[in-house]
Amino acid sequence: MIAQIKPAQSASVGATHAVFIQRSILHSVRNTEALIMAIMLPIMLMLLFTYVFGGALDPGGNYVNYVVPGIILLCAGFGSSSAAVDVAGDMTNGIIDRFRTMPIRSMSVIVGHVIASLARNLVATAVVFGLALLVGFRPSAGFVEWLAAVGVITLFILAITWLYAAIGLVAGSPSAASGYGFALLFLPYLSSAFVPTHTMPAWLRGVADNQPITPIIETIRGLLTGSPIHDSAYWAVGWCALILAGSYLWASWSFHRKAGRR
Amino acid sequence: MMTAAIEMKGLRKAFGQHNVLDGIDLSVPAGSIFALLGPNGAGKTTIINILSTLVTPDSGSVRVAGHDITEKESVKRSISLTGQFAAVDEVLTAEENLRMIGRLSGLTKAEARIRAAELLEIFDLTASARKRVKTFSGGMRRRLDLALSLVVNRPILFLDEPTTGLDAQSRRALWDHIRQLARNGVTVFLTTQYLEEADQLADAIAVIAGGRVVAEGTADQLKSRIGGEVVELRDQQDEIIREIPAGSSIREVKKTIDELVLTAPEGSRINIRRPSMEDVFVALTTQEREESAI
Ligand SMILES: Nc1ncnc2c1ncn2[C@@H]1O[C@H](COP(=O)(O)OP(=O)(O)OP(=O)(O)O)[C@@H](O)[C@H]1O
Ligand SMILES: [Mg+2]
Repeated sequence: MIAQIKPAQSASVGATHAVFIQRSILHSVRNTEALIMAIMLPIMLMLLFTYVFGGALDPGGNYVNYVVPGIILLCAGFGSSSAAVDVAGDMTNGIIDRFRTMPIRSMSVIVGHVIASLARNLVATAVVFGLALLVGFRPSAGFVEWLAAVGVITLFILAITWLYAAIGLVAGSPSAASGYGFALLFLPYLSSAFVPTHTMPAWLRGVADNQPITPIIETIRGLLTGSPIHDSAYWAVGWCALILAGSYLWASWSFHRKAGRR
Repeated sequence: MMTAAIEMKGLRKAFGQHNVLDGIDLSVPAGSIFALLGPNGAGKTTIINILSTLVTPDSGSVRVAGHDITEKESVKRSISLTGQFAAVDEVLTAEENLRMIGRLSGLTKAEARIRAAELLEIFDLTASARKRVKTFSGGMRRRLDLALSLVVNRPILFLDEPTTGLDAQSRRALWDHIRQLARNGVTVFLTTQYLEEADQLADAIAVIAGGRVVAEGTADQLKSRIGGEVVELRDQQDEIIREIPAGSSIREVKKTIDELVLTAPEGSRINIRRPSMEDVFVALTTQEREESAI
């Protein structure tokens, strides 16, 4: 009955990551409410912007081509925000203590949530694209442009998920995490996602032109529909890399700071 | 081979202004079962958290399995913990929990599956193996929690109030399991509120109160510390009215009974017995409380 005593044995880094990714994906699949929201929200936003606002914003019916990148980022922001809730849930539950007393890189539990969030959001992005094509989205992108666009979107999701993971780590509880995360969801509205920034008042335009979402939107839109990109691509990748690195450092610092203190 | 699996010298820990541990010295021989007792808030969980690398002590030297506690990775390779509060994944099933911990402990997929089945059997959870832990009763959750820390046997096992919330049958089963582990050379460090548990199980017991060790030894040594027999005074319904520590000589016991004859109500009976762990515990911890109140 008793397994042999194996003091020094422990899982490899690869196996540890695989286990935690699998765990987080199971969590995602079993959290039916969040899953339904993650699929419903893109559908609702897509229909809302195309049929309700679309007519007023561009009577020519071309608004759908303009708005698709914005909806993708809005949905990615929303979808990633549940990483904050998941991480905060794990940190306040006893299970983290079990992981921490095992000879593994316990930070992998966060990596698991990030990868699961990435997978979830890529599925949601595919849903948005599918629906967009149905309601009249006509991209001009070739294979390379598509690949680049998906690359930028992936980078964005990864960066914002790490940011949410860090927020989840510093928040005291899952509901606090969801509260802090909410503020970030407004950023896409203050960018060129839904209306061109030149239609905004000057002071707001200053904000919109210089925040990270705008160059990311312009890059994706340019790749998909052929609108001019200028130097937005550099800004987009730069912002994502900066957010990614900063959030990763913030997250690992918070994770380890909590370790000896709980 | 080292002889002490766990060693603490001058261990101190304060949370804010509150000195929870105020100089603890304890040593636990390898392969023994050690029970830590103390009233609520005495710092038992804090000690376990320090020994299992979750909490950093303020000062003192602590060695676990021959490693200083600051060498966290080496310590973690030698320990396994069931904390006071359930550390299970509620979204997963019991079986998935066990397999996850098995994989994280370095078992292959097949080994983890076999071990999970064994533990489900031992802890009487086979029927609920495929149910999500969210739906478990408190006792089932506790049993799973214990099973999770036994997936692989590390040399040192920490159990913080392992039998709290278990029914009598599960408690006996766990005691047997703990004894078997100790026979196989595992050092078991446990805390408990059930004094009988310490009495039955532990090779050595320490009682902490007010941040210090107030008594240490085997169950028998501790019992002999509060002297000899206890005279119980019972009423006609056999309810205990008073318990009087009466010394160990016949003369002392007779003197106690003589005094009782004068004061006891009509129809009461007496019973003379050896002191229990409970007597020891109450004597030790109330004494401490009175001292700290002054
Ligand atoms: N993270 C913390 N921050 C502040 N105070 C703490 C913290 N952890 C424990 N304490 C305090 O330390 C004291 C000892 O707590 P501990 O949990 O170690 O007691 P215990 O002996 O395990 O009690 P119980 O029998 O109730 O489980 C308590 O007064 C508690 O309030
Ligand atoms: Mg405790």
